[in-house]
Amino acid sequence: MLFGETTTTGPTFFALAPLVLLFPLLGLLINLIWGGRLPEKAIGGIASGAVGLTFGVAILQMLSLFSHPEGTVIPLVDWITIGELNISWGIQVDTLSVTMMLVVSGVGCLIHIYAIAYMHDDVRLNGDPARYRRFFVFFNLFILAMMTLVSADNYLMLFVGWEGVGLCSYLLIGFWYDKGKDGIGNALAGNKAFITNRIGDFGFLLAAFTMFGLFGSFDFDQVFGQVEQVAELLPTGILLITIFMLIGVTGKSAQLPLYVWLPDAMAGPTPVSALIHAATMVTAGVYLITRSHPLYAVVPQAQSLVAWVGTLTALFAATIAIAQFDIKKVLAYSTISQLGFMVAAVGMGAYVPGMFHLVTHAFFKALLFLSSGSVIQGVERGLHEVEHHHKGKHSAGHHLDPQDMRNMGGLRERMPTTFWVYLIGALALAGIMPLAGFWSKDEILLKASYKDVRLYTLLSIAAFFTAFYMARQIILVFFGKPRSEAAAYASESPKLITIPLIILAVLSVFGGALNLPGIHAFGHWLEHTVHHVPGVKGGVELPEFSLQVAAISTGIALLAIILGWLIYARWGETLQKEKKPYVDPLELTAKPIFSVLTNKYWVDELYWALLVNPYKAFSRWLAEQVDWRFWHDWLHDAVLVNGFKRLTVLLAQPIDLGIIDGIANGLATLIQGGAAYLRRFQTGYVRNYALAVFFGVVAIMSYLIFVLR
Amino acid sequence: MWADRLAVLPVIVIGAWAVLLTVADLYIPEHRRRITAILAALGLIVGLVVNLFIQRHNPQTAYFGLAIADGFSSFLNVLFLLSGLLGIAVAHGYLQRQNIARSEYYSLLLFSISGMMLMGMAADLIIVFIALELLSIPLYVMAGFHRDRLDSEEAALKYFLLGAFAGGFVVYGIALIYGATGSTRIAAILSAVQSGSASPILLTVGAALILVGLGFKVAAVPFHMWTPDVYQGAPSSVTAFMAVGAKAAGFAALLRVFLLAFPTLSDKLVPLLWALAALTMIVGNIVAIVQSNIKRLLAYSSIAHAGYILMATVTLGQSRLMADAAAAALFYLLAYLLTNFGAWAVVIALEREEGKGLSIQDYAGLGKKYPALAAAMSVFMLSLIGVPPTVGFLGKFYLFRAVLEGGFVGLAVIGVLTSLVSAYYYLRVVVVMYMQEGEPVVNRDALLHWTAALSAIAVLALSLFATPLFQWATQATLYAAQ
Repeated sequence: MLFGETTTTGPTFFALAPLVLLFPLLGLLINLIWGGRLPEKAIGGIASGAVGLTFGVAILQMLSLFSHPEGTVIPLVDWITIGELNISWGIQVDTLSVTMMLVVSGVGCLIHIYAIAYMHDDVRLNGDPARYRRFFVFFNLFILAMMTLVSADNYLMLFVGWEGVGLCSYLLIGFWYDKGKDGIGNALAGNKAFITNRIGDFGFLLAAFTMFGLFGSFDFDQVFGQVEQVAELLPTGILLITIFMLIGVTGKSAQLPLYVWLPDAMAGPTPVSALIHAATMVTAGVYLITRSHPLYAVVPQAQSLVAWVGTLTALFAATIAIAQFDIKKVLAYSTISQLGFMVAAVGMGAYVPGMFHLVTHAFFKALLFLSSGSVIQGVERGLHEVEHHHKGKHSAGHHLDPQDMRNMGGLRERMPTTFWVYLIGALALAGIMPLAGFWSKDEILLKASYKDVRLYTLLSIAAFFTAFYMARQIILVFFGKPRSEAAAYASESPKLITIPLIILAVLSVFGGALNLPGIHAFGHWLEHTVHHVPGVKGGVELPEFSLQVAAISTGIALLAIILGWLIYARWGETLQKEKKPYVDPLELTAKPIFSVLTNKYWVDELYWALLVNPYKAFSRWLAEQVDWRFWHDWLHDAVLVNGFKRLTVLLAQPIDLGIIDGIANGLATLIQGGAAYLRRFQTGYVRNYALAVFFGVVAIMSYLIFVLR
Repeated sequence: MWADRLAVLPVIVIGAWAVLLTVADLYIPEHRRRITAILAALGLIVGLVVNLFIQRHNPQTAYFGLAIADGFSSFLNVLFLLSGLLGIAVAHGYLQRQNIARSEYYSLLLFSISGMMLMGMAADLIIVFIALELLSIPLYVMAGFHRDRLDSEEAALKYFLLGAFAGGFVVYGIALIYGATGSTRIAAILSAVQSGSASPILLTVGAALILVGLGFKVAAVPFHMWTPDVYQGAPSSVTAFMAVGAKAAGFAALLRVFLLAFPTLSDKLVPLLWALAALTMIVGNIVAIVQSNIKRLLAYSSIAHAGYILMATVTLGQSRLMADAAAAALFYLLAYLLTNFGAWAVVIALEREEGKGLSIQDYAGLGKKYPALAAAMSVFMLSLIGVPPTVGFLGKFYLFRAVLEGGFVGLAVIGVLTSLVSAYYYLRVVVVMYMQEGEPVVNRDALLHWTAALSAIAVLALSLFATPLFQWATQATLYAAQ
């Protein structure tokens, strides 16, 4: 059965939808309670199994949607009822939310399996095997929060999930909180992610409050049902909501200007980068806008703002990625750039291409991150090898950074499987036909080409840079000769790591089949949920294939790859023979531009100078001048204390002691004394107790005689 | 006839199970006492299932209007059966450690529960009295279960003597009401009062006497004097059960009889109920401050909480509010059940032979040595104070709301101020656990630790999802049998 086909009969499993929350919850509870006594394999197996079962439930939901594409809402509980406010929590089952469920649990399951082996080594390299269980508890907690986010039937529960994934992100970025630069580098990275996201979340909250003020509800159905009425009455209200929401999106999905946390987030273990910071959590913003498309549909200004934010982010991040040397940092900026593509797409009203790119990106970016993890561990194994078997020969290996691409090279022969899957992921990302990334990116570019030629041009340049930095990365890591001992002795990763990679590689190759031009299976699938696109009646826009656009984008990608090959393979090889420490060929020719890019346009420094340092200075001023010198020294000590001292001198001491102390101590003694007095009635004699009852009766009767008279 | 039996089926199940358990126990060997406990728990679970299945929205009277099965009674049945299950969980290991593991304990527990359930269903004052005796007599025996120890015997005798004394007031009150209205049916009393054929003096005095008797059961001041001595002397597992079950049963009768039968007497009874509630809150909370024994502390705490629940009765006569107030009282009882059993589970976990380990000082250092247990105890203490996010906070919230809507601002203020005072002694336990050094000894008893852990989780979790629970309590409205 194809995606788009619908039949009227068939079984439905909608009632099972709440299980998508239950399974990860069970997984995390089991590991939390009994994990301490379980072996590592069992912990990882339970966690992966829980996500696998969640995936199974998501599949059942998909099958049910084939026959009942309109979807449903499974009510769970009435969460809060205060007066008129009633917030219930239900599971939204429709084609959009189930798409997200499938991606989150499907890719999530593969990454969980990968992490069984990866974390086994990681906890040992970092010297604390006890954290193995903690990792999987956090990982399942993340899946639970992400499922809450995508399955919520109202904005408030969506926010609960939104905050939940933010918390998990924070916990996992700082997973090795005692490691990193100066021993707190990772913890600071976690803080940065959390605080930056708080700014975005503040926007989300403003959107939610405004929404409640205008619509009186958080429910998707109720809000979207009233959009047209409210839009006539108060169009600026909806504009405010959508722009506040965009602030939330720029935080969670790492768009300009709040993207700065994502590169630092690479401090987390690699499976975390793959699952949270590439495939799922960061796409929540794209999901949010797609979910809220009825709101965006009535405010074109907000739409174009979204499109521009996405486009500029796509270009901006792609340029930075060119000049990074950390293998994961390149991928991080690439993720920001690709998220920019998605945001640009949904901003242009191209919800299907946006979601399509979200799905394919989840495949190939998860693949790339996991493969980079495999590379890093391969190099670390090489490092280990060098230190143990070739002692004294080479001592520089001690401080070698296993993530720096300058220390790699030639890994193609040492790690063949990793190389091939990495190559597939890179080609998919670069947009080479017929891999998945080509089809989804092509649809976005196609839409941009007749929406706004400026957007189209900028996105095409971003696509050029994308292909270029991926070519650079592949060549630096896998081709040429090893540039360090560690790279020379690197070895391939175990099966548990390579098998998920192979599965993801297959998905990255064939993922484009979801929405081939002409068939548009994915488009027909989504149009049951996404159907408020302006200018298009009765369904989503399904752009037809344009040979011109496809040819240009393929040409751009090929050109970039060839250029990369010439610069890094040819020229780089010759350079390498002369100079011992590796120098990027671009650094030699265009040093000023390159160092701007390496230093990420000094945006972090700019934020420090403009926001963080002034804020700190202001806090310090408040603390030192206002609080300490004015409030404490002057007002408190000079005015209050001295004044009070003078007052006490003025008033006679007996009054002071008698009244002030008397009241303070008196209250305490009164209660204590009262208690002690009442306690004396507790004699222990039954006769006295009976007497107390009797007195009570007498008191009641005397009262009754008084009132009944 | 079958419809009648079906209506009271949960009581029949528990009563019959208790009888069968007594007989079956003869054939269970000494060293297999665990089986008796499991069988008793099974009976309670069967009761719960039956109660769930016959739960109905339409009230069903049985046996010519003597008993009634409605939402109110089925909510209370759940409460009683739960307290039975938790009562078994905290008792099993404890009885063995104290060398008083005799299996009639479980039969007595079931008999007492059947009495409590009957109390919730009573639609006739005679049934109220029978249920009162049925639930009390097993409790007298259980209070003296530690018959080798003097204070246990003393507790049983005190409880019995004073209970009989209070029971006398109830019977006298019923007799006066019968004299005034010619009936003991709640519905008939109401119609007699409304038609004006009843003598108001006899009726009011009768109602006041019933209030005295039930006030004794729920430990309201000044009928509370037995509580600290009995709670301290009785085996801890009995105290835990008694503090919740007997109190809930007393309130079941108090709410049903007073709110249904005497709304027209509100101008005379409300000041009385007001004073009783205020006095109970004040005395209970203040005397608790000077206690150094944890069992006595919890005894005064139990008195204080009776005062809070009594606040629900001052809405008597305001027909719009009574249902809400009754629902708030039911919710408070459920919150109290969870919190109290949790706290007692911790107390029992620390109690050693010869009554050692019961001083608050014995809790010093618990936070360091047994962090989970100390955390659970802190949760219970916070819930007893009424701090969010615990279920105890919501219990107080709903109660105070009902009281304020009834216009009793003064009483609400007393309630808030006394719960402020209560923070002093509840937090002292927390302070001792975390801020003083010590070497606490904790019994290895998995069942106890699970009870404490699950109660703590429930206390926290239910506070987040309190709305459905409160709605369930709201649906459990009272009906008078026709």
